[in-house]
Amino acid sequence: MARTAKASDSDKKLSNVSKDELLKYYREMVLIRRFEERAGQLYGMGLIGGFCHLYIGQEAVAVGMEAASKDGDQVITGYRDHGHMLAAGMDPKAVMAELTGRAGGSSKGKGGSMHMFDIATGFYGGHGIVGAQVSLGTGLAFSDHYRQNGNVSFTYFGDGAANQGQVYESFNMAQLWKLPVVYVIENNEYAMGTSLARASATINLSQRGASFGIPGETVDGMDVFAVKDAAERAAEHARSGKGPYILEMKTYRYRGHSMSDPAKYRSKEEVDEVKTTRDPIDHIKTMLQQAGVAEDEIKAIDNDVKAIVLEAVEFAQTSPEPDPSELFTDIYTEA
Amino acid sequence: MTDILMPALSPTMEEGTLSKWLVKVGDDISAGQVIAEIETDKATMEVEAVDEGKVEAILVEAGTEGVKVNTPIARLEGGAAASPAPTRAAPEAAPVAAAEPTAAPVASKAEVRDPEFPEGTTMIKITVRDALRDAMAEEMRRDDTVFLMGEEVAQYQGAYKVSRGLLEEFGERRVIDTPITEMGFAGIGSGAAMAGLKPIIEFMTFNFAMQAIDHIINSSAKTLYMSGGQIKSSIVFRGPNGAAARVAAQHSQDYSAWYANVPGLKVLAPYDAADAKGLLKAAIRDPNPVVFLEHEMMYGNEFEIPDVEDFVLPIGKAKIQRTGKDVTITAHSRMVGFALKAAEQLAAEGIDVEVINLRTLRPLDTDTILASVRKTNRLVTVEEGWGPCGIGAEVAARVVAEAFDDLDAPPLRVHQEDVPMPYAANLEAMVVPSVEKIVKAVKAVTYR
Repeated sequence: MARTAKASDSDKKLSNVSKDELLKYYREMVLIRRFEERAGQLYGMGLIGGFCHLYIGQEAVAVGMEAASKDGDQVITGYRDHGHMLAAGMDPKAVMAELTGRAGGSSKGKGGSMHMFDIATGFYGGHGIVGAQVSLGTGLAFSDHYRQNGNVSFTYFGDGAANQGQVYESFNMAQLWKLPVVYVIENNEYAMGTSLARASATINLSQRGASFGIPGETVDGMDVFAVKDAAERAAEHARSGKGPYILEMKTYRYRGHSMSDPAKYRSKEEVDEVKTTRDPIDHIKTMLQQAGVAEDEIKAIDNDVKAIVLEAVEFAQTSPEPDPSELFTDIYTEA
Repeated sequence: MTDILMPALSPTMEEGTLSKWLVKVGDDISAGQVIAEIETDKATMEVEAVDEGKVEAILVEAGTEGVKVNTPIARLEGGAAASPAPTRAAPEAAPVAAAEPTAAPVASKAEVRDPEFPEGTTMIKITVRDALRDAMAEEMRRDDTVFLMGEEVAQYQGAYKVSRGLLEEFGERRVIDTPITEMGFAGIGSGAAMAGLKPIIEFMTFNFAMQAIDHIINSSAKTLYMSGGQIKSSIVFRGPNGAAARVAAQHSQDYSAWYANVPGLKVLAPYDAADAKGLLKAAIRDPNPVVFLEHEMMYGNEFEIPDVEDFVLPIGKAKIQRTGKDVTITAHSRMVGFALKAAEQLAAEGIDVEVINLRTLRPLDTDTILASVRKTNRLVTVEEGWGPCGIGAEVAARVVAEAFDDLDAPPLRVHQEDVPMPYAANLEAMVVPSVEKIVKAVKAVTYR
């Protein structure tokens, strides 16, 4: 049941990929990268506080997975969540304003970087407790199964969370009850400062469901088409009533764990190597060029994205802080 | 000759029904042979002989109800010297239960009619256990998004038989047995609630919910706030809380204060069957996460409840369980019964006690407490949990802050001694609040 989707698999499929699709993924990935770069900048300026975990380097995972989702499907992840929100279609202004803790933020400024939600796009957070989202995402799948609505829960977690006990409690029940959940393990090689090899007795995370009979694949998470291809297979499996499916995405984060992490646990050479040889955006850009897309067209997207992000930055700084009266709202729902 | 005694088959069993004899007078029996079937409030159990010998006499006929633990039920001729009851549980397993003051419904003239009971309704007798079951069944009938999930809730019919019959009526889609994975199923329930379902998550006891407390607090209580009001969590976490009998430190903790400390949660602690039914129905309907703290020692107790179609009690309202003018006692859950018993004793000595059944611990009904203290000018709080940072500490702080000038004595707290629950029967009896301790506290605040 283990298989590895290599870049060559997706290259074969490229003949079926339309130029529009290429442009769409390029745009979405560049949006995440530029957004995150600006978030990092705003953090440095003191406009964003607390913890802020950037998604730079991992863009192909959220964008490729999103390509396999349908209306009503749910997405849930941990605290490195900005990329998933943008890929899900949330308004960059509302996300950035939440980072700055403003009234126009998606949680009215009360959630922050790690706690954002958007029912309209099926995004269920944004969770700060490592591994908790795995049980919660399994619960979202439980609701899909209960309602027999044909939807799937895309439940993301990292290589660090993969060692939490509740992950395996959830695997067991998801397979026992054949819940429609796709577990996406974003293996970016480091759980904060601890490498996978230093924290895990077995490092093939795609096989972490093996003792429950859950199929898993290791996927090149730096290749958006490899991700999309695997995502479609996994979603089909879950949607057709066969139960959960695990995708281990081999990816990499360029920045530290959070803004305050100098990332001394890995060498500059290691990071540069990934940036120059495996960058997900360079990869799709090359494909665009090979497909004969004009440089101007790519540039136009870059400019568009830049404008969107600048607008978000502007909004995040001009949106007022929440009114003090908001302090005591949203604690209870009126019965 | 050897007497065979009625065995205690659970930590809380006081009596049972001898449903069937599998041997008769004159039979030779051997050790380990199943000789009878006994029905407790939880299950039907087989009784094995410990000694061998010939059955000389059957002392309690099959079908006899209410046979007290340790009553001789048969006699063997020959065999070894007299030996204890043929059972896995020690025969002295129920001394605390024997002291249970709530077993007999108190009909003191000072007790008041519940203003929430509709005028003129007939009353029916029902156990707390069945009241909880009926509440879940009624709410599941009226709303398809309500489901019950937990360990042994379906095929086994509930570890304490609270979910008896629900699987048969609602099927396995809505009554779901889980593996023993508190954190996992509390998280799955919390996730399902985020998606708009209304789960009832049963913990076999709240002691096991410590494994799951992250989902109760971080994933459920805080989500509405963190999402700026977008994600509602209509979910009930319920099960027995507090000390049963002789189950020692890890199975005997009262978590009232822990949960009542958390904004975003509602915390309910029913005392009698009416509380159990009316509050559980309210909890299931409430659009917020509710922690519903039951008490194992109360499950088998019968109380009257109004025989009405749809009996729902308000959340956030305490009940004056007994009116009085000299001292206010606040209590919740099983301790309400202890307080009532203490009040009766004190009445005989000329002290007129008002007993407030808190019912809801968050939000606490401060108005009712303050109004009572302004009348009596004295306060004693009673709780089963530890004292420091407890429910009594909270009640006392509010009273001192808002009715300081009305107090004629410093408030006193009665609570569990500040130690883990010991196993030994004598030590356990020393640790838990008792009627005597409540009486003593009331006398202290009245300077008697």
